[in-house]
Parts: sequence; C-alpha cells; structure tokens
Amino acid sequence: MTAILQIIFDALSLGSLYAIGALGIALIFGVMRLVNFAHGDYISFCVFAMLWPSIDAAAVVFAGNLPTFILIPLILAIGAGLSVLSEILVFRRFRNANPATMMIASFALGFVLKHFLLMLFSSRPKSIDLWSNLSLPVEVAGARIPLLQVITIVITILILLGLTAFLKRTRFGLEMRAAAENFTMARMLGVKANRVIMLAFAISGMLAAAIGLILATQSGTADIQMGVSVMLVAFIATVIGGLGSLPGAVIAGFLIGGVSVLMQVILPLDARPFRDAFVYGAVIACLIWRPQGLFAPKSAKQRV
Amino acid sequence: MTVTQRSSLLVRTISTPIILIVILILIAVIAKLVGSGPFSRTVVEMFIRVMLVAGLYIFVGNSGVISFGHIGFMCIGAYAAAWFTIPPAMKAVTLQGLPDFLAQAQLPIFLSAALAGLLAAIFALVVGRIMMRLAGIAASIATFAMLAVINVVYSNWDSVTGGTGSIVGIPFYTGIWTALGGAILVVIIAYLYQISRSGLALRAGRDEATAAAASGIDIVRERLIAFVISAFTIGVAGALYGHFLGVVNPDAFYLGLTFITLSMLVVGGMNSLSGAVIGVIVISTIIQILRWLEKGIDLGGATLSIPNGLQEITIGLVMIIILMFRPAGLTRGREIVWRFGPWASKPSTAGEVAVSKNGA
Repeated sequence: MTAILQIIFDALSLGSLYAIGALGIALIFGVMRLVNFAHGDYISFCVFAMLWPSIDAAAVVFAGNLPTFILIPLILAIGAGLSVLSEILVFRRFRNANPATMMIASFALGFVLKHFLLMLFSSRPKSIDLWSNLSLPVEVAGARIPLLQVITIVITILILLGLTAFLKRTRFGLEMRAAAENFTMARMLGVKANRVIMLAFAISGMLAAAIGLILATQSGTADIQMGVSVMLVAFIATVIGGLGSLPGAVIAGFLIGGVSVLMQVILPLDARPFRDAFVYGAVIACLIWRPQGLFAPKSAKQRV
Repeated sequence: MTVTQRSSLLVRTISTPIILIVILILIAVIAKLVGSGPFSRTVVEMFIRVMLVAGLYIFVGNSGVISFGHIGFMCIGAYAAAWFTIPPAMKAVTLQGLPDFLAQAQLPIFLSAALAGLLAAIFALVVGRIMMRLAGIAASIATFAMLAVINVVYSNWDSVTGGTGSIVGIPFYTGIWTALGGAILVVIIAYLYQISRSGLALRAGRDEATAAAASGIDIVRERLIAFVISAFTIGVAGALYGHFLGVVNPDAFYLGLTFITLSMLVVGGMNSLSGAVIGVIVISTIIQILRWLEKGIDLGGATLSIPNGLQEITIGLVMIIILMFRPAGLTRGREIVWRFGPWASKPSTAGEVAVSKNGA
C-alpha cells in the first residue's frame, strides 16, 4: 500500500512539471499557432537568473539569497519579462509566417539564449542551494514522501485552479479563450491581438519560471540543459492532448509522467534502461490511435 | 510547342541540378587549392551536411511534413558502417554482442555504405508504414518520438553499440572527393525524385490535399516512398560521416544535428532543392567566417577577434533576421534555373505558385 502511494506521488510530481510545461506551450500555440522551442531555454534562464555570472564551478548566488517572498515574484517576473520581450523583438514579426518558419525562428532564439547563458556561466553544472530543507521526507499515510513532492503537487494544483479562474472568470481570460478558438473572428469582435498575445506570452513565461524554481530546488543544481528535456516532453504532451486544448495539455502531461513512473516500476530489470523507448513508443501508438490528440478542440479538426 | 520552347523546357528541367553540382565542385576545387587541413575538414563536413539536408528535403520539402526524426537514420547508417567495416579483431573486444556474420564481416567501404543506406531505408519502410498515416504536427511529433527511441536503444544496447561511449576504429576514408561524390549523388537522387511521378503527386498533395486526393493520389503511399528514399540517402550520409570522424557515438545523432539541419533547410527555403543546398552553403560559410573571427584576424598588427561563444549567438541572430525578411527562405522556395544564352528560360511558374501558397 505504501509502495503504491509512493508511486502515485512520484507520478503526480513528475506529471506536474510536464503539465505546467505543456500548459505554457499550449497557451502560446493557442493564440498564434507557434510551437515555442525557446520555452526550455526560458526555464534555464530563470534558474540562472538567481546566480551571478561566473565561470567557476561553485555558483555565486546573487538573487537566490533574497528572502523567499521577494525571490519568487522576482523570478516569475523575469520569466514573464523574457517571454514578452521575445514576443516583441522576434515573434511579432512572424505573425503571418508559416508554422515551419516560426518553429525554426523560435529554435534559433532558444539557441541564442542558451549560448548567451553558456558564455556567462560556462557549461559546467553548478550546485545551488535553494530551500534544501524541503527534501526532508514527511509521513503521508505510512509512506515517506519528500516534502518537495507534496509542495510541487500542491503548487501545480493551485496554478491550475488560478489559471482556470483567470480564463473562465475574467475579461482577459475570455478574450484569450476566444482567440484560441478562432483568432480572426475574435479580432473582428474587438479583441486586441497584441494584448492577448502578450498576455499569453507573459503567463507562459511565468509558468516556465515556476518550473525553473521547482527543478532547481529538486535537483540542487543549475544546468543549461535542464529546461530542454522538460520542454520536449511538454511539447509532446501538448500534441497528445490535442494542440490548442489547455485541459488536454495538462491531462496529457500528467499521463506521460504517470506512464514514465509506471514503466520504471513494471518493466523487467533488463529492459529498464530502455524505459524511454517504451514511453516514446507509447507516444507513437497514441498518435496513431488519435492523430488529432486525445482532447482535440473542434477548431483543430482537419477537413480532409 | 516549338523547338526552342521544347529545348528551353529541357534546359530548365536539367539546369537546376547541373548548376548546384557545379557550385559544389567549385567549392571542392577551391578547398583543394587552398589546401589547409582544417579548411578542407570544414568543407567535407559541409558536403556531408549537403547530403543530410538534401536528403531531408526529399521528404520534408516534397511532403510539407517537418520531420525531426531523420537524424535517427543517420545514426542507423553510421553504426551499420561501423559494424561492417571495423576489423573483426577489434569488434571481438568492443562489440561482443554482434551476431557472427557481422562480427566476422569486413566489407569494402562503398558496399558497406550502400548496405548502411539500405538498412536505414528498410527501417524507414517498416516504421513509415505505420507513421505516414499521420499528417501535420502529429507526424512531426511521431518522427521525433522515433528519433528518441533510436537514441535510447543505441545508447543502452551496450553489447552491440558500445552504449553511450564511442565506437572507435572505423577506417578513415571520407575525404573531399568522396564527400563531394556523396553530395552530388544525393542532389541527383533528390532531383530525380522531385520530377518523378511520385514526387509531383506528393507536391500536389502538399499544396492542395483535398484536390490531390480527389484526383486519385494516394498521399500516404507517396509520402512513404519519399520517406524511404530520404532515409536511404541519410543512411549513406551517416556511413560517410562515420568514415570521416573514425568514431561514432549516439549523442552525435540527436537534437543538435536535427535542429541544425532543419534550420539550414528552412533558411535556404524548404520547398526547393536549390534552397536545401544554398541553405547549407550559406549557413556553413557564415559559421566558418565567425570561427575565423573568433580565432582573430590580423589587421596590420592589431588582432581583431570576437569573444568565444559569440559565434553561436551570432549565427542564431542571423538565422532569425534572414527568416524575418525572407519567411519562405533565401530562395523563396524557387529553383535556381539557367537564364542566359539562347535557351534562356523564364522562372518556373510552378515554383511561384508554391511560394504564394506556402510562403504567404
């Protein structure tokens, strides 16, 4: 029983990361059909924003020393700012470009961000001590669960509730949902395109910052590569969930997290190194079964 | 149709690959004349990228489906070349899990490269049968998942692939002329496919899926044909790359190379073969110039150099700027055609239609 509880918590906390990442990608895809490959680099950027530029192995903590109640809003603001800035400087000029061009532009932007960080910090992973007392285990119904896992899951639930409330209850949320459904029609009915898109980028950047904070606390290191792996799975989750569907992205994120953890447990010992191959095989199977995604919005249906 | 019109059509049809091949040969000759070691290595690498990007173009350009998976075929090709050509005595030590016929084999280079391409093509045929039913972004993700599966398997199947460590001992073979030959071969294959019945049908399906399907085109089948042919060319490129470096390891064939080759294709213009080749040449040239700048150039006593790491940042910015001004790529999806002399031909109208459809 306790083992099962452990697995459930593992799955939920891994799934949380994927879900928040998928949400950040799906939000932007919804309003401008852009698959933002720079998202993973936003995550890394937010982690490194806590450090002072140096190429030493030991991290020189800078903003990371601030008290929690200032640090968290600051990092969120940095994520949102970076994301909005990239919209203004780069993506705004690609509004009418075809998806492949936008995709490559976003990849090029991520490439620039990554090498900017490499130039300032070098490629060595740095240890960073952020709320390390959170990794102490707590007792939940007999199972010993790291406190951080519980907090990750709670934070994710709060983010999801907050975002749902924002999207369903506020004027901006309504505009954003309308834009995701049919952007041209929404503009005709008086939704301001720039405002909606910038808002989507800001929220997406904040979600990236949240992932960065969680990842940095979990692993205790700052690594240039840390954002990319989450971003790739999140990207897959948005497609499996049905591109443009926000609930779909979240559910698919949890699903992939769950399947990964489950595979780790049930696969025979010899096959465990190949776990990811099974997970990606499941992804292909899922796409063959439902090419439009599990929860495809009506607007995404191809008519051929 | 008069005689001049017909010969002008002929010139137009075959001038594109000829011009591209002449450009490639010129680059090889210049590299030979300059004769410096590092420079000719850069040129070999560029020719291999031409093979990769032109091979990628066979599928991506004609079908309009972005593939993240083709570097997986390169991985398959490179490892196959390693299995076929490393001396059996070395394989007995490093790769103990190989089946007997592979462990004993030591094939000639070109036979091994052809078999490597064939292996990639067979793999593509098997997975393509399933995956080519998908279109658009779902197909892109499926190809990415395929790449990830290949990477995980080759990174962990220690007894056959040496795991994440590198396999050493692949004979060095690829020089400028071999790589040039490979690049020319792929350009010719890509062009022949593009003007073949299947290629034209697939391009029709890319531009107007409904109309093409209504005209009796089986888009899934044509896509599969393009997928297999491009897998073959990229498998061969992987084999040549193995013989160029002398070592292979799975992480060389993953996301980094995938995105670089895709960027070259899109920056050049993903709807034309000329775009694929020009994209590689332009991006490789810029990278090379930036590398020189990084090392520092001597300007009358004062050395001018840019800080380390600025090279990658600049190349990223240059790509963004090119795409801002040319969203359909440098060639705008058109082919380079011969426009001089008695058979001067007008720019291909088919190309323009493709541009207005996809580039707008």
